[in-house]
Amino acid sequence: MAAGFDPSGRLPDVFTNAGTSSFTTFLSRVAPEMLPGRRPLPPGMAADLAPHATTIVAIAAAEGVVMAGDRRATMGNLIAQRDIEKVHPADAYSLVGIAGTAGIGIELMRLFQVELEHYEKIEGAMLSLDGKANRLASMIRGNLGAAMQGLAVVPLFAGFDLAAADPARAGRIFSFDVTGGPYEETGYDAIGSGSLFAKSALKKRFRAGLSVDDATRLAVEALYDAADDDTATGGPDLTRRIYPVVMTATAEGTRRLTDAETAAIAEGVVAGRMENPGG
Amino acid sequence: MAMQFYASPEQIMRDRSELARKGIARGRSAVVLSYAGGVLFVAENLSSALHKVSEIYDRIGFAAVGRYNEFENLRRAGVRMADLNGLSYDRRDVTGRALANAFAQTLGAIFTEQSKPFEVEICVAEVGATADDDELYRLTYDGSVNDEPGRMAMGGQAEAITGVLKSQHRADMSLGEAARVAVQALSTVGGEGGAARTIAANQLEVAVLDRHRVGRTFRRITGAALTALLDGDVSDAEQPAEAGGPDTPAQPTTEAHKPTTSAGSADLEDKPADGK
Repeated sequence: MAAGFDPSGRLPDVFTNAGTSSFTTFLSRVAPEMLPGRRPLPPGMAADLAPHATTIVAIAAAEGVVMAGDRRATMGNLIAQRDIEKVHPADAYSLVGIAGTAGIGIELMRLFQVELEHYEKIEGAMLSLDGKANRLASMIRGNLGAAMQGLAVVPLFAGFDLAAADPARAGRIFSFDVTGGPYEETGYDAIGSGSLFAKSALKKRFRAGLSVDDATRLAVEALYDAADDDTATGGPDLTRRIYPVVMTATAEGTRRLTDAETAAIAEGVVAGRMENPGG
Repeated sequence: MAMQFYASPEQIMRDRSELARKGIARGRSAVVLSYAGGVLFVAENLSSALHKVSEIYDRIGFAAVGRYNEFENLRRAGVRMADLNGLSYDRRDVTGRALANAFAQTLGAIFTEQSKPFEVEICVAEVGATADDDELYRLTYDGSVNDEPGRMAMGGQAEAITGVLKSQHRADMSLGEAARVAVQALSTVGGEGGAARTIAANQLEVAVLDRHRVGRTFRRITGAALTALLDGDVSDAEQPAEAGGPDTPAQPTTEAHKPTTSAGSADLEDKPADGK
């Protein structure tokens, strides 16, 4: 961990000095090897080495924001995992979904969760939603070297903005590119291999001011459309009871829909497609 | 060249102890105790922004008396250490005992090496599955650690406060009862001619580690919820929610000890009741 032997056994200065409120900045001093962007990579493309996480959609609703992700991870033409969870709470009021190299994405997301919690504990107040998005952007930028060798991670970030003047616009969505970003999206956005199809579906069906329930249904519909046309996106798996992960962020905080709730929505969507395969 | 006066090590340590004790005794006191639903922190604090009580990790809280800049320094170190260990291993691997050890080493080193010791007294509390499993560590300015039996008082006239706590405190108290006992204990000292004082709710900093929460269990009790709690208006079963805080459902604590299956921290995810 910390370098040097101190016979007194006290915590090293870097722990106790006033310094920074950022966990990643602290980590870069005590244990830089734990930061994803700090590892030397051998030359060459590594894109097919590790599983890839795929489609995530986010939709702004009247009371907040909804984010949903399918459960498939692929490695080349193989399905690496059927029940991966790609949508997670970043903190009490925001959500993060990851697409791209799964291992690095999960590491980045854990680090981001700690970053937000750490700031909150040190400062006694939460970061603003824009502050959180900027923090995530700089963490993605740190991974640029790996991204250029095929190990890219692109998250989708959404949250309920407690400082929003207009409560109807409190649900906000930010997308990123491999060099960081962030770009604020209006209404909806999708990332990952099936995002083209998911976004096309959302384009036709999204309306401003949807209720959270309608937005949830719409998100699952969009994932179904993505799975319909993209092999790397998994549809609702009725035989194994694997359904998309759906989370909401509203004034009451983040909430993950229970398996029973997502099962009911997914079964409704599948039943609808029995009648009309195009939705 | 001026002659250096000889001072024996005993004398130096005694002087430092005296300085630290005097500094701590000047400050207002704090009380930490176990109750049925968790661990309660009550500190006399006129400031609502500069905290004496704060969150370190999921099930670990921190309370301190003495000089603000000095214990704030330790608190930051504790948060950093806890977050570093939680990220390297797992959230369950961050323990109050490890933190208490690190604080003890640091305070001990400062006491012996620096010309001025830290004028602080600290409590590291970890909430367990039952009141018997709660861990309360008292750390003093010289780095000594004591494992306290479910209740402790720190600061000026701590002995008198502890006396009241000892006679009144039970581990199966409700939150309201525990809070009233804590305030009663704090108010027995510092009054005119030995009489009890009245301490208003806005002079208190109150927080709990809620035994029945999953993930981050620390929450502050402020404003109307605190007044109601101290007046006994809140029924004992009721849990006054922090204004604007996310509502994490109460779940059995064993849930918190499930193996981490995904990258998400268990604290923020609502797991379905059927345990899938």
